[in-house]
Amino acid sequence: MPRREDIHKILLIGSGPIVIGQAAEFDYSGTQAARVLMQEGYEVVLVNSNPATIMTDPEVATTTYVEPLLPGPLEKIIERERPDALLATLGGQTALNLAKNLHENGVLERYAVELIGAKIDAIERGEDRDLFRETMLEAGLRVPRSAIAHTLQEGRAAVEEIGLPVIVRPAFTLGGAGGGVLYEMADLEKVIGRGLDASPISQILIDESVLGWGEFELEVMRDKTDNVVIVASIENLDPMGVHTGDSVCVAPQQTLPDRLYQQLRDQAIKVIRAIGVETGGSNVQFAVNPATEEIIVIEMNPRVSRSSALASKATGFPIAKIAARLAVGYTLQEISNDITRATPASFEPAIDYCVVKWPRFAFEKFPGAEQGLTTHMKSVGEAMAIGRTFRQAFGKALRSRELDAEPSFPEDTEELLARVAKAGPERFDHLLEALRRGHGIGQLNELTKIDPWFLRELQAVATEPEAAFSGERTFKSVDTCAAEFAASTPYFYSAWERPRPLGPGGVALPAHEVQRGDRPSVVILGSGPNRIGQGIEFDYCCVHAAQTVRESGRDAVMINCNPETVSTDYDTSDRLYFEPLTLEDVLGVCEVEKPEGVIVQFGGQTPLKLAAGLRGAGIPILGTTTDAIDLAEDRARFGPLLDELGYKAPPYAAARTPEEALQRAPEVGFPLLVRPSYVLGGRAMEIVYSVEGMQNYLERVGVIGSAGVSGKSPTIYLDRFLEDSVEVDVDALCDGDEVWIAGIMQHVEEAGIHSGDSACVLPPHSLGEEMLEEIRAHASGIAKALGVVGLLNVQFAIHAGEGLHVIEANPRASRTVPFVSKAIGLPVAKLACRIMLGEKIAQLGLPAAVATGHVCVKEAVLPFDRFAGTDVLLGPEMRSTGEVMGIARDFPTAFAKAQAAAGARLPSSGTVFLSVADRDKSAATAIATQIHDMGFTLLATRGTATALARMGIPAKAINKLSEGSPHVVEAIGAGEVDLVINTPVGTGARSDGYEIRAAAVAHRIPCITTMSGGIAAVRAIAAAAHGEPDVVSLQELYAESASVS
Amino acid sequence: MSRDAYVLLEDGTRFDGLACGADTHAVGEVVFTTSMSGYQEAMTDPSYAGQLIAFTYPQIGNYGVSESAMESSRIHARAAIMRAAVDYSDAPSADCGWLTWLEMHGIPAITDLDTRELVRHIRDEGAMRGGVFPGSMSEAQARDLIAAEPSMQGRDLAREVTPAQRFSVDGDRWQNVSRSDGSVFGGESVRIALLDTGVKMSIVGELTRRGAHVTHYPCTVSSDELLSSDADAFFLANGPGDPAALDYVVGTVRELVGKKPVYGICLGHQLLCRAVGLETYKLPFGHHGANHPVKDLATGLTEITSQNHGFAVLGPDGSGRIEGDEPVRWETDFGAAELSHVNLYDRTVEGLTLLDVQGGTIQYHPEAGPGPNDSLYLFDRFVNEIRNGR
Repeated sequence: MPRREDIHKILLIGSGPIVIGQAAEFDYSGTQAARVLMQEGYEVVLVNSNPATIMTDPEVATTTYVEPLLPGPLEKIIERERPDALLATLGGQTALNLAKNLHENGVLERYAVELIGAKIDAIERGEDRDLFRETMLEAGLRVPRSAIAHTLQEGRAAVEEIGLPVIVRPAFTLGGAGGGVLYEMADLEKVIGRGLDASPISQILIDESVLGWGEFELEVMRDKTDNVVIVASIENLDPMGVHTGDSVCVAPQQTLPDRLYQQLRDQAIKVIRAIGVETGGSNVQFAVNPATEEIIVIEMNPRVSRSSALASKATGFPIAKIAARLAVGYTLQEISNDITRATPASFEPAIDYCVVKWPRFAFEKFPGAEQGLTTHMKSVGEAMAIGRTFRQAFGKALRSRELDAEPSFPEDTEELLARVAKAGPERFDHLLEALRRGHGIGQLNELTKIDPWFLRELQAVATEPEAAFSGERTFKSVDTCAAEFAASTPYFYSAWERPRPLGPGGVALPAHEVQRGDRPSVVILGSGPNRIGQGIEFDYCCVHAAQTVRESGRDAVMINCNPETVSTDYDTSDRLYFEPLTLEDVLGVCEVEKPEGVIVQFGGQTPLKLAAGLRGAGIPILGTTTDAIDLAEDRARFGPLLDELGYKAPPYAAARTPEEALQRAPEVGFPLLVRPSYVLGGRAMEIVYSVEGMQNYLERVGVIGSAGVSGKSPTIYLDRFLEDSVEVDVDALCDGDEVWIAGIMQHVEEAGIHSGDSACVLPPHSLGEEMLEEIRAHASGIAKALGVVGLLNVQFAIHAGEGLHVIEANPRASRTVPFVSKAIGLPVAKLACRIMLGEKIAQLGLPAAVATGHVCVKEAVLPFDRFAGTDVLLGPEMRSTGEVMGIARDFPTAFAKAQAAAGARLPSSGTVFLSVADRDKSAATAIATQIHDMGFTLLATRGTATALARMGIPAKAINKLSEGSPHVVEAIGAGEVDLVINTPVGTGARSDGYEIRAAAVAHRIPCITTMSGGIAAVRAIAAAAHGEPDVVSLQELYAESASVS
Repeated sequence: MSRDAYVLLEDGTRFDGLACGADTHAVGEVVFTTSMSGYQEAMTDPSYAGQLIAFTYPQIGNYGVSESAMESSRIHARAAIMRAAVDYSDAPSADCGWLTWLEMHGIPAITDLDTRELVRHIRDEGAMRGGVFPGSMSEAQARDLIAAEPSMQGRDLAREVTPAQRFSVDGDRWQNVSRSDGSVFGGESVRIALLDTGVKMSIVGELTRRGAHVTHYPCTVSSDELLSSDADAFFLANGPGDPAALDYVVGTVRELVGKKPVYGICLGHQLLCRAVGLETYKLPFGHHGANHPVKDLATGLTEITSQNHGFAVLGPDGSGRIEGDEPVRWETDFGAAELSHVNLYDRTVEGLTLLDVQGGTIQYHPEAGPGPNDSLYLFDRFVNEIRNGR
């Protein structure tokens, strides 16, 4: 069946900001889908609020909207664009929920938009717990004993019926947010209540517990003529009870006999047919009791998922690409397998290697948060490793994690075994240690329920870690067919094999499968597993580097180990090496590639750390020299450089011991921004206001008294913190001689909030031309002094009294490069790459100044709802996982859009709770006046209410938590508050403020913790009163900008 | 204590590894299977007689071996060639560890060698003779052993695996073999005479579960004996070797066609095709795996199939490839035959239906064991046709 001719324009919805449970994999799937649909000749209208995505690059779709993924903006887009069809199965849970919403409120019908991929009834059967269960039972499949509850009372009755332990899952949430395991009746209210709150429809499923059973996933594809194939099987090493996103996984499955595996396969096919996913990919999750061979269907996603991305990278079968083709009418047989090119996609990949996926956690960023792993996903990224054997793959996965600090193990056996028994972020490290110490397979199986096959293999990994890597490194292909057919798509992994076999006539067989060709190659180092502070923005830059290298006539060679990303799509580069980003592994690739140079500027810190080693091995680094990188990073060298240039910087000191830090602190002057050179535990970077605060900090982060454990004490950096200053970020290009300023961004939050967590505006909304000129001159001066060839990011603080200060300079791609590129309509990373490949700025044809007739706001998205127990304050330590962009004619509207896109939609009416630190009282009065004038009810703690009353602003007083019921936390819980503005008093303490902020996050109420944020929010609310803001496509904006300049 | 071993191919290519399984050597045709599970089923499949199996999946032996996974009463493959073999027996279904089992059955094996490179070599150069040898054996000696091994082409291996005499297995034995579809088969019992060239137990099981009473006959049985039996239909089994070397069986089958329904699977498909006058040829490296897509031209559905054959039937135009998804026809000595199934990987013939006499054939393994269950419907089709006629 050929492509559909009755549809012409397809609306594709992305997944929005990177959040836990929904990450870069949907940029990978969305980008693939958009490209395929464009190739097929359709018009593609793409919507995503996340600027740091390849899919929102203007050339990927016909029309691109960076707008909030909410029904209002979507309806406006549909009204404007009149698409024939909506493809919502490639944008994660967000897109699926949005499609469901657009169906329910009649928008799809009103504008005659056909849902393709999965129809609404299939989406509902897959997502609604009741319907899913019913459908499975009708298909003759087993599901856990289960009940649905909408209230606490229903929940209690259900738990009594099913028996403990039970698993609680809220309906319509992503990554299992709000879910958990209930072991004891005493916790019933807490666990059930949290589940009900997390579900947008207040519906939870209470399941019979299958904790400890084996957990398996099958990736299934179906076409419209009912052909079904299984792309991959994935087995979780962690048994049931740990969210699959948090589990260490292996593909293909290892422990099931063929007969049992075929039963899973049959059932997965039944599931996709019963749910009725018309075309595309789905993920079916099973629990298997290996002893009784019982199989239970746990869930299915009627859409492409994180596991689909993993399965695609693990097999070479591009699920999203094929799903998009299926959605427009093709059958599996009509689509050719990209890799063999000779065979159709209607097959099941056979693989001849093992794949191990490892989650990357960030608990250290959330002190106080419960560290256990549950059915509620908490990992922020993942690394994948391919090896010829499980042991090789596991060893490579260990290397790919790039841990900040090696885990330490308790001496005490009981303690060690306790950590093995409880699933946590370092469980497998502890398990390996237990195996090293000689604990038996039987005992460890008893404790963990991990299959003995894995335990035995891990025993070998633990006791002889090098054994799996004996022999020679060779590069083998990922070819979907276990070498049955010749592969033409160059996707490689390293394997260790015995020295080369001799072929006929004593001629050695080839050392590797790489067909290098004659063109010069450039190696681009990716950014490894996503983590907080190093995410999709860097992958975006790496992809742009690959595109630029290819355009220059060279071969782009990508090295990365993150399965979620576009960079590890084999279509992105000429050759993809799926490898850990360690010096040894990268040198292994360089040996085969003999590259013209390596690009280390685009992948964040990961490749930068390898730069010196690469240079030492004689590998050319393209662009800015390693010495310049060092010059910018080493305070002792960079300080004098700034002095020479005559630029101001905050006073600083570096102390080798805690004692020295205490002594130097008053010399530098309070307040101080303090951080250790490496983290021993807990919170790392803080602002301290006094010697006592300093003392307290040093004790808390474990620097004092830690030297005995670690063997050496970390260096402690002290920087004067410029309170009440405005922060500015600049991204610039430099070719060594000339500098071009790409973007100046003004932070919305005041200094002290990590730039990654602060909202920012481009162009700056409150800086004068004189200041902007000074900023440009400083950035330019630094770029030239460092000798930057490529990108430079400079952070400034503008202090009310003391003027412009340089905070830091990074001669590499920054987190803001994609945002700036989207805002100005020029691909900054690509331009930088051209410079690194030898072009001069004069040759790039850049406008002298970037003119934009619009305002762009970037807002950070924070994962506090995942980490119960941690304070939800913004601070100098970055904690956001992703970002969104709001675009409008004016700042308040752009800010309102950004807030809405970030999931903190500002209210248009209702009650605002206000409680601020003393220093903010005067600013708060101004805000309160405006809030009152806009018709909101003001709620405030007694002191604030009295102060407001004195200024003639009526405010309702409410008890603090400490004053007893009825208090503000209860009011938030009861839904009586629509917006919280609460600025913190001091740090750390479990104050009223903490409880208020926690309650706001728990009940999804926007919570603003800075005064400048509050001012922006109030202006945004005022702007939003004019109705749903207009939507505008990037292509329109850029056409407009071009005509302006 | 690990011992060295090596694989030597007839073209002189040598791969070193570690010996496991029985302490001996084996020679034969080296083939590879891409199936990711089902190693025990493969080793006990009589179709692998005379062959050494290289497993492309690296981790072999993970879940041990069990009585229920036997495809015949013993191991037929001559050796196992693996990247990483283990002897664990922790799996609840395991009766024994994999390497221990190979050793008990006197089957040599080799592990720790670069199987992918071996497979790429065979893929490019074709399946060839070779052997697994202990490190202590000289290459010259190994070469002599390989040279003494006859080529697969023209080889009658059915005689080595066929039963000595006729026998029937009580159908009840299969009532407990669970298939995941859980379907219950009704209908009157049918009697099937099975020409046993090395049948897999799964085939017998699928027939029996559908109410068939199966009598196995040695492949040397005469057509008279078969025709004088009370069978409602004849079934030609899978089996090893070159169909072109089995003219005596082809001759027998030729006498059966048109008299009663005749069905065949795998080697049986090739024999029936030859019996009606069609040609077979040797594939470069055969089909061995569990992921080949095959299209059923009657329904248009693609099924993922279990495959294990080194020879195939030529298309009506004398080519190995069937271009297009049309049910092309052959003119046979018994009237028209129509293509029923085609392989979407290499467009080879995967099944045909005799239109003027009752009969049909399938090249691949609808009984799975190992592999997907997508094609079990063919047993319904066959048994229903036998029961009700067409």
